[in-house]
Amino acid sequence: MFLLSFLIIFPAVSAVILLLVRSDSLRNIIVKSSSFMLFGGSLVLLGKNYTWSVQSFKVYSYPADKAIFYIALLLAGYIFYTGIRYKRPFTVILILLQAAFLSWFEFFYGRRNPTEYSLFMDDLSVMMAMVVGVIGGLICFYSLGHMKELYEKSDKAVKDNRHFFFFVIFIFLSAMYGVVFSNNLQWLYFFWEITTVCSFLLIGYDRTPQARNNAFRALEINLLGGLFFLFAIIYLYFSCGITDLDKLMNSPKITVMAPVAMILFAGLIKSAQLPFTSWLVGAMVAPVPASALLHASTMVKAGTYLMLRMAVILEHTAVGYFLALVGAVTFVACALIAASERQAKRVLAYSTVSNLGMIVLCAGVGTYEAMWAAMLLIIFHAVAKSLLFLSVGVVEQKMGVLDIEYMSGMILRMPRTAIMLQAGMAGMFLAPFGMLIGKWATLRALVDYNPALAIFVIFGSSITVFYWVKWMGKLITVERPYANLEGGIALSEWMPLYGLAVLSVGISLFFPLICSIFIEPYLMEIYGRTVRLSYDNILIMSLMLGVALLFPFSFIKYGRGVRVTGAYLGGANAASPTEFRSRGLSVKNMQMKNYYLEGYFGEKKIYRLSILICAALIILMLGVSWSTIILF
Amino acid sequence: MVNNHPILTVILWLILAPFLGGLLVGIERKISARMQARVGPPVAQPFYDVLKLMRKENLVVRKSQNFYIQFFLAFIIFTAVLFFSGENILLVIFSLTLAEIFLVLGAYKASSPYSFLGAERELIQMASYEPAYIISGIGMYMAAKSFYIRDIVSFNRPLALYLPGVLFAFIFIMAMKFRKSPFDLSTSAHAHQELVKGVTTEFSGRTLALIEIAHWYDIVITLGFVYLFFAGNIKIAVAAAISAYLLIILIDNTFARLRWQAALKSCWFTALVFGAANLIVLFYILG
Repeated sequence: MFLLSFLIIFPAVSAVILLLVRSDSLRNIIVKSSSFMLFGGSLVLLGKNYTWSVQSFKVYSYPADKAIFYIALLLAGYIFYTGIRYKRPFTVILILLQAAFLSWFEFFYGRRNPTEYSLFMDDLSVMMAMVVGVIGGLICFYSLGHMKELYEKSDKAVKDNRHFFFFVIFIFLSAMYGVVFSNNLQWLYFFWEITTVCSFLLIGYDRTPQARNNAFRALEINLLGGLFFLFAIIYLYFSCGITDLDKLMNSPKITVMAPVAMILFAGLIKSAQLPFTSWLVGAMVAPVPASALLHASTMVKAGTYLMLRMAVILEHTAVGYFLALVGAVTFVACALIAASERQAKRVLAYSTVSNLGMIVLCAGVGTYEAMWAAMLLIIFHAVAKSLLFLSVGVVEQKMGVLDIEYMSGMILRMPRTAIMLQAGMAGMFLAPFGMLIGKWATLRALVDYNPALAIFVIFGSSITVFYWVKWMGKLITVERPYANLEGGIALSEWMPLYGLAVLSVGISLFFPLICSIFIEPYLMEIYGRTVRLSYDNILIMSLMLGVALLFPFSFIKYGRGVRVTGAYLGGANAASPTEFRSRGLSVKNMQMKNYYLEGYFGEKKIYRLSILICAALIILMLGVSWSTIILF
Repeated sequence: MVNNHPILTVILWLILAPFLGGLLVGIERKISARMQARVGPPVAQPFYDVLKLMRKENLVVRKSQNFYIQFFLAFIIFTAVLFFSGENILLVIFSLTLAEIFLVLGAYKASSPYSFLGAERELIQMASYEPAYIISGIGMYMAAKSFYIRDIVSFNRPLALYLPGVLFAFIFIMAMKFRKSPFDLSTSAHAHQELVKGVTTEFSGRTLALIEIAHWYDIVITLGFVYLFFAGNIKIAVAAAISAYLLIILIDNTFARLRWQAALKSCWFTALVFGAANLIVLFYILG
C-alpha cells in the first residue's frame, strides 16, 4: 500500500522540484537520484510481488477523490484556455464535454461512492510497473545529456525549457504508475487523461507550428478516447453499480459488453491503432527521449494494458473478434507502410503501431495462450523499441540525419551506436531474440483459436523482416572511408544504451524466468491454467542465442587470410574503389539505394484503405456490443 | 528419421545431407543439359567445383564480409540438426530465417552494388516465401496435432490429404529456395547481366564453397518439408520429394525470370488463395 502510493506520489514530488530547479548540476543530481529511486522501488515491488500475489488496497479515498476531481477540472481549464488561445475548436468542444460529464457525474457519484478498493496490484500491474520503472529510469538518465546537447545546439535565443521537460516527464511517470495500480475506474481515467496531457505538452515542446499542430492533433484524438472512457464509467455506475476494475473483470459478459467496448475504443486510441495512427506518427516531432518513453515503451502500452484487462471478457465474443481484426489489420498495414518509409523515426513509429496491433490482436482473442503472448510482447517490445529510439536519438545528434539512406557506413562512423541499433533491431524480429518469441507464442495462440487470424500475423511478420534487415544492411554497407563521429557522447547517454542492449539480450535469454514470475501466476489467477514452456524449446533457443552471440568473436580473425580488392562495378574500376569508368570512359560514382517500394506499399496506397477497414470494424465493434452478444 | 538411436541418426544425416544435396545439384545439371540438348557435366561436378574453390585465393571487398557467411552455414547446419532430430517445426523455420539473414547481411557488408542488389532482392524473396513456410508448419500442426517433426513424421495418414492447397503453395515457392527460374532473382546458377551473381558476387574461394555447401543443406531441408507432407508412407514420401525436384527442374528450363513484383505477388497470391484458405477450411472441418 505504502509502496504503491510512494511510486505514484514520489515522481510527482520530484517533478515539482524539477520545475523549480534551473541549475544544471542540481537537476542532474535530482534526476539521477529519482531514477535510482524508481529502480529501487521497482525491485522492492518485485520482491513484494513474489510473496504477496494479488493485493487490493482500501484507501480512505474521500479526500483523494475530491483532490482528483478538482485537479481534473483545473487541467480541463488549462486545456480549454490553450484551445481558445490557439483557436482549436475541437479541443474546446471535447474538453467542455468531458468537463461537463465529469462534473455531472461527480454530483451523483461524489455522494454515494461504492468503490471498495481504490488501488490494487497483481502480476500484470507489477509487470507494467517494472517496465515503467526500469525503462523510464534509464530514459530519464539519457535525457539529461540529450536535452543538454539539444539546448546547446539550438538557437540560444530560444528559452531554456528543460526544467519544464523534466517536470512533464516525471509527472508522466507518476501518472503511469497511477494507471497500472488504480482499481477505481475514475482514478484510472484521471491518470489516463494526465498521460494524454503530458504527451500533448511533450509533442509541442519545440513550439514550432508543426509541433504545435501535431500536439493538438494528438490531444484531440486522445480526448475523444477519454470521452468514451468517461461514458463507460458513467454507464457502468448507473447500470451495474460498478466502479472497480476488478469487479468489471469478473462481471457476466452480457451486462458489461457495451461499456467494455467503449473502454476498448479508448484503448485503441491510446495505442494509436488504425484509424487513429496519425497522432503517433505526428508525435515523432517530440524530443527523442519523450518519444522513447511515451510513444514507444510506456504510454502507448497503457492502451494495450487496459485492453488486456478486458481480454478475459472478450474470449469468443463478437466484440473480441472485431477488436482482434482491428489489431490484425493494423499489424499488417503498418508493417507495409514501415517498409516504404525511409525516415528512421517514422519507421520506428509505424513499427510500434504495427507491433501494438499484434498485442491488440491477442487481447481480442482473450485466451490464456493469447494473454501469455501479449504479456511477453509488451516486455520485449518496450525494451527493444526504447533502445532503438535512444540510438536513433544519438545518430540524429551526431550526424544530423534521420534518413536511413544516409546511414550507410554507420558501422565505421558510429560503431557503438550502430551495434546498439542492430541489437535493438534483432530484438524486434530475429530468432532467438525477444519479439520473435512473442510472435511465435502469438501464432500458437491464434492457430488454436482461429487460424484465419494467424494469416495476418504470418504475412505481417514477413514484411517486418524485410524492413528491419534492409535497415540493418544499410548500417553495415560501406561506400567510402568515413571519420568516426562518436566522440563527445556523455557516459550518461551511453549507460542507458548499454543497459537496454544488455536487457534486450538478457530477457531473450531469461524469458522463462519472466514467464514464471509474472505471466504464469497471472494466468493461473485469471484463467486457472497456464502455458507451459517445453524444456527442449528453451534449450534450443538458448543454444541459438549462444551461437549468435559468438558472432562478434569472429572479428578476431579480422583481415586474416583474405586479400582485399575493389568491388565489381560492371566497368573498369577507377582510382577510388567506388568509382568506375562507364561508356565513353567517363568516371562515375557508384550508388547503392534500398528498395522502398512506395508504389506498392506506400502510405498513400495502404493508408486510406486500411483506415476505412478499421473504422468499419470499430463501428461494428461498438454496434455489436450494444445489441446482443453473439457467441461464436 | 528417428529411430532407436536419435543422436546417431542426426549425425548420419548431417554428414549425408550435403552429399545428397550436391548429388541432387549434379543430377539437376545433367538433366537440364539434356533438356537443352547438351551433354552436360559429370554428376559429381558440384563436388569438384567446391573442392577447387577450397584451394582458391579468398578475395574480399570488406574484411569482415566472410564472417557472415560462416554464420550462415553454421545456422543452416543448426537448422538441419533441429529438423533431423524432429524438433518444433516453427523453430526450424525461424532458424532457417536467421541463417538466411546472415547471408543477406554478408551481401550487404560486401558493399558492392551487385551484391547489394542481390541482398535487396533476396529480402523480397524471403518475404515472398516465408508465408508459405509458416503456413505449411501451421497446417501440419493442425492436421497432426503437434508442432514436433517427430510426431508429424509418425502421423499415420499422409498430411497432403488434409493440406493439398498448402502443399501447392509450398511447391510454388520451392523454385525460390533452389534459386531457379522463374524466381532466381537474387542470385542464380548462371551469371546474368543485370544481376551478375547477385548475393554471391563478391564472395570467392573458400567462402563461396561454404555458400555452396549451405545451399546443399538447404535443398535437403526444403525437400524434407515435401517429405513431411507424405510422411505416412516412406516410399510415397521419397517419390513425392523427387517428383517435386524434377518439377522444379522442368519449370526452370521452361520459364524466364520474373520481375520481383510478379514474384512477390504470385507467391503471396498462392499462399493466400491455396494455403491460407486450406487452413481455414481445415479448421472448420476438424472443428
